[in-house]
Amino acid sequence: MSPRTFAALLAAILLLAGPARAQLTIEIIGGGANQIPIAVLPFAGESMLPQSITEIIEQDLSRSGRFRAIFVGGVNTPPTEIAQVDFPEWKSRLADAMVIGQAQRLPDGKLEVRFRLLDVIKQSQIGGIAFTLTAAQTRLTAHKIADFIYEKMTGERGVFSTRIAYIVKQGPRYELRVADADGQNAQSILISSEPIMSPAWAPDGTRMAYVSFQNKKPILFVQSLSASKQPAPVANYRGSNSAPAWSPDGKQLAAVLTKDGTSQIYLMSPDGGNLRRLTVSQAIDTEPFFTPDGQSIYFTSDRGGSPQIYRMPASGGEPVRMTFEGDYNVSPRVSPDGKILAYISRVNGRFQLMAMDLESKQIQTLTDGLRDESPSFAPNGRIILYATDIDDRGVLAAVSSDGRFRQRLGIQAADVREPSWGPFLGN
Amino acid sequence: MKKALFSALTVALLYGCASTPVETEKPAASGAEPAQGLPVSPPLAARPGQPAAQIDLSKRSVFYDYDKYDIKDEYRPVLQAHGKYLAENRGKKMLIQGNCDERGSREYNIALGQRRAEGVRRMLVLMGATEKQVEPVSLGEEKPRCSDHSEGCWSQNRRSDMLYSGEY
Repeated sequence: MSPRTFAALLAAILLLAGPARAQLTIEIIGGGANQIPIAVLPFAGESMLPQSITEIIEQDLSRSGRFRAIFVGGVNTPPTEIAQVDFPEWKSRLADAMVIGQAQRLPDGKLEVRFRLLDVIKQSQIGGIAFTLTAAQTRLTAHKIADFIYEKMTGERGVFSTRIAYIVKQGPRYELRVADADGQNAQSILISSEPIMSPAWAPDGTRMAYVSFQNKKPILFVQSLSASKQPAPVANYRGSNSAPAWSPDGKQLAAVLTKDGTSQIYLMSPDGGNLRRLTVSQAIDTEPFFTPDGQSIYFTSDRGGSPQIYRMPASGGEPVRMTFEGDYNVSPRVSPDGKILAYISRVNGRFQLMAMDLESKQIQTLTDGLRDESPSFAPNGRIILYATDIDDRGVLAAVSSDGRFRQRLGIQAADVREPSWGPFLGN
Repeated sequence: MKKALFSALTVALLYGCASTPVETEKPAASGAEPAQGLPVSPPLAARPGQPAAQIDLSKRSVFYDYDKYDIKDEYRPVLQAHGKYLAENRGKKMLIQGNCDERGSREYNIALGQRRAEGVRRMLVLMGATEKQVEPVSLGEEKPRCSDHSEGCWSQNRRSDMLYSGEY
């Protein structure tokens, strides 16, 4: 780790533990293979911004596990144009890519940040963008620049400008929070003295389904993120109402109701209308999850005697069993490309995150925790966010879907649980 | 204090002498008030071979083995007493809350807790309560009575609680 990366990380951790008491802190555990060495130089004039934009970019890239930040100290005047760059110097510092840029105030009072991503070996420009922004958009702009760099260098879409939701329990208080993908900029969507669980993003990123216990039983809600008040329930039937999952087109909600006896999967409109039953069994059928093409639903059922994962057509029909190893396989989530099934398996009393390649049916154990649960894929499928605990405290953790790279996100003195990674912005 | 009381009560419920009425018992929902007009320990008909005086309505919980939802024989007299009480008091309503220990999926535990509550509902209806009087719901692992990561705690959390209207 370069001194600057370390300093940046340390600064991040100190900063987060300080004034922003309720922010998530990030601890990187493993190292990814084939990391791209990149030098993110300070942008000329960036001190006029409320945060160091290049620090956020560098942290984003490092945290992804795909990049290694190169030490950028000792540069007197940061270059802003390609002609000013001393390429042999950066080649000798072993950078494959570098980022230069500048920030300035426009005559109308707005800010402008422009940057260039450079190929150090070829001594050429890979790309660049100019953003017009307000000071409050500094962090989002940094994430967008990191997304651009990530996509140009890896060929995959970056997720730094996406958002995550999670539940925080602090004493008797439950909160549903939404934050940037790096855990910063957290906002409470709902605060309750009763449990909140199972947050699920609508595919358009504007609404969230969740389960609230405010009426002493699980009731299903769909809330707009711009609303500060809890809306009317979407499903409040006799018994329990839980496990919401959105269809990829956002037009249907799958959920588990017990109004007809045991826990069964139903489909409904996001407003709760047009209710119809999807599974018909005497068993527990729960945790529905749509495949990205919307054609199938994965779910957990104990119809075979122990909880296992099944797949069925989204229009109803005969389920096919998907898991056979072990006697407790739950919480199915399919990767955005439809190729990987992530789920939780009980192995020797430990609950661990597994990944099944749906074509070869090969299974890989991704985590070694004691109580890992609630997996959620990043919208680019590269990372799986999940809940685990350390020293009796719930924390979020992330693992790359190849299992090589891991990190933990925690909040001081609070239990963090049930992460749900939101969709790409602007879809 | 409250937790200690609960623990003591649970022990009393599980292992204590059933003929000792536990007057101070409260249902799991914190801050719940006892239902008005609910007799604490009326003599009720029990299973053959069991003295009627041993059954009282202050017993509100059924406990389970890990991953299980079958009601053990020891809880039948309690459910019989509540079923009979509901049958004789058609105006009374009851919420049955199924609970699980913390292990495993939160949503699967909602389903498991529901099945536990559903089992209690079925038994109460069998004993004379009507469907309209009893609603089985699940709290899953979300409202643990005890929060240590040990069997001592887990066994208390694998539980169905019967709450009369006014108590939840």
